[in-house]
Amino acid sequence: MGVQELRRSFPILEKRVNNRPLVYLDNAATTQKPLEVIERISNYYREENSNIHRGAHYLSNLATEAYENARKSIRSFINAENSSEIIFTRGTTESINLVAHSFGEKYLKKGDEIVISAMEHHSNIVPWQIACSRHEARLRVVPITAGGELDMDAFRSILGEKTRLAAITHVSNALGTINPAREIIEIAHKNDTPVLIDGAQATPHMKVDVRELDCDFYCFSGHKMYGPMGVGVLYGKEKWLNEMPPYQSGGEMIKDVSFEKTTYNELPFRFEAGTPNVADVLGLEAATSFITRLGYDDIASHEVELLEYAKEKLGQIEKLRFLASPRRQSSVLSFIFDDIHPYDTGVLLDKMGVAVRTGHHCTQPLMDILEVPGTVRASFGVYNTTEEVDILADALARIREMLA
Amino acid sequence: MGNIKEKENEIIREFELFDDWMDKYNYLIELGKSLPPIDEKYKTDKYLVKGCQARVWLYAEHNDGRVKYSADSDALITKGIIALLIRVLSGQAAGDIIKNDMSFIDEIGLREHLSQTRSNGLANMIKQMKLYALAFEKAG
Repeated sequence: MGVQELRRSFPILEKRVNNRPLVYLDNAATTQKPLEVIERISNYYREENSNIHRGAHYLSNLATEAYENARKSIRSFINAENSSEIIFTRGTTESINLVAHSFGEKYLKKGDEIVISAMEHHSNIVPWQIACSRHEARLRVVPITAGGELDMDAFRSILGEKTRLAAITHVSNALGTINPAREIIEIAHKNDTPVLIDGAQATPHMKVDVRELDCDFYCFSGHKMYGPMGVGVLYGKEKWLNEMPPYQSGGEMIKDVSFEKTTYNELPFRFEAGTPNVADVLGLEAATSFITRLGYDDIASHEVELLEYAKEKLGQIEKLRFLASPRRQSSVLSFIFDDIHPYDTGVLLDKMGVAVRTGHHCTQPLMDILEVPGTVRASFGVYNTTEEVDILADALARIREMLA
Repeated sequence: MGNIKEKENEIIREFELFDDWMDKYNYLIELGKSLPPIDEKYKTDKYLVKGCQARVWLYAEHNDGRVKYSADSDALITKGIIALLIRVLSGQAAGDIIKNDMSFIDEIGLREHLSQTRSNGLANMIKQMKLYALAFEKAG
């Protein structure tokens, strides 16, 4: 499918912003949604809405079946072994919080260590800080290289007897660096260390096979991969999930309740307290179908083309500097003008209809390491075009002149 | 010197002259560049206005019943807006500053800078300016 045809599936892309056509380059924050996702959600409320796993009536059965089928689709999408290893959450942040809490409760003891990296999003830092402080454990941070890659030698040497878990991002949201997840997991497993991968920035761009990766936990969000907000996934190997105590409690997660004692439900329901977000789970399923139909190979070749073109065009602009030059990079390009605050750049780009993200990207420790107040981040998705890259480059050249 | 309303109207008239956003922002950038510098000793975390992206430092003093502000930011457009706020509020009586609703920002088409996104400290800056005024008024 050509990109112009594809764009017609995204009604929001026809919007005009500040009297100019919208150029949406903030896909790493959230992607826009194709009609099939929007319609799937709408259709659920029109035709199927009912509370699931409870009623014996027609609609309840219909909704339950749709929800559990979506779980099977997600299982297949990431090639997990069992559907019971797929936990629906509100998003990557909640998935990580769940593991930090429940894995921490079971396995984390005084003096233990959790390993993260210097390029983590706050949501893969703070839950571990809380877990560490609760169990008197220590947070260890793997540094990054000058090129913006994970320092693998440092990673090897930081692992030790006390390491209980490593939580590393698959793709950096701020720099676009694609980490060697398979290698990270292999190294950690030699140390008997389980690994959680933050996949929020990976699933929009590349095929994730959790069995091939052999990761212990994998977290991702619907809204960054053309799906709805407020829904995400935690994949966990059964051997861990079965041992972990519940995260939240209430309905759905129980087997039997009396005032004296409650027994918990089986996986995955044990970790899905309360009425689930059925509509958005179905929206997420529709998003995975959308991606599968496009195919990750075609998605990647289109996005690599945009990234390379953007590097070439933006590289010609005076005093513009890229923040990282990793060998493997997703379609995220972080840059700054050395003499212009990223906020000024962002405001002026917006005036020209170009939506980018500016700021610290919820990676303040990384910004401190890079010694910048923030960056300007352009991130590309399946519907972006080289013409939009031209508009970005022209706008930046104009800003360069305005603030000279 | 005029009162707050007069100063606001003066700025609204100036902004009416601009045909497009480029002129407006070029003017803001010029204003930002010409903002009198804040005393370096106030450029510390203590005087930092909580924002997210652009840092803003704000200091105020009270003399002869008038509040005098000085401020700085590391982003030029933010600095330009600060220059407008200082032009309107600095030198005014604390009671007048507290009462003012700052609606001129809306009228000159800069309301987006006051939005509730976490991207800038301008809304907090106005709040902090008013808090200074309130504190001075209470102290008499």
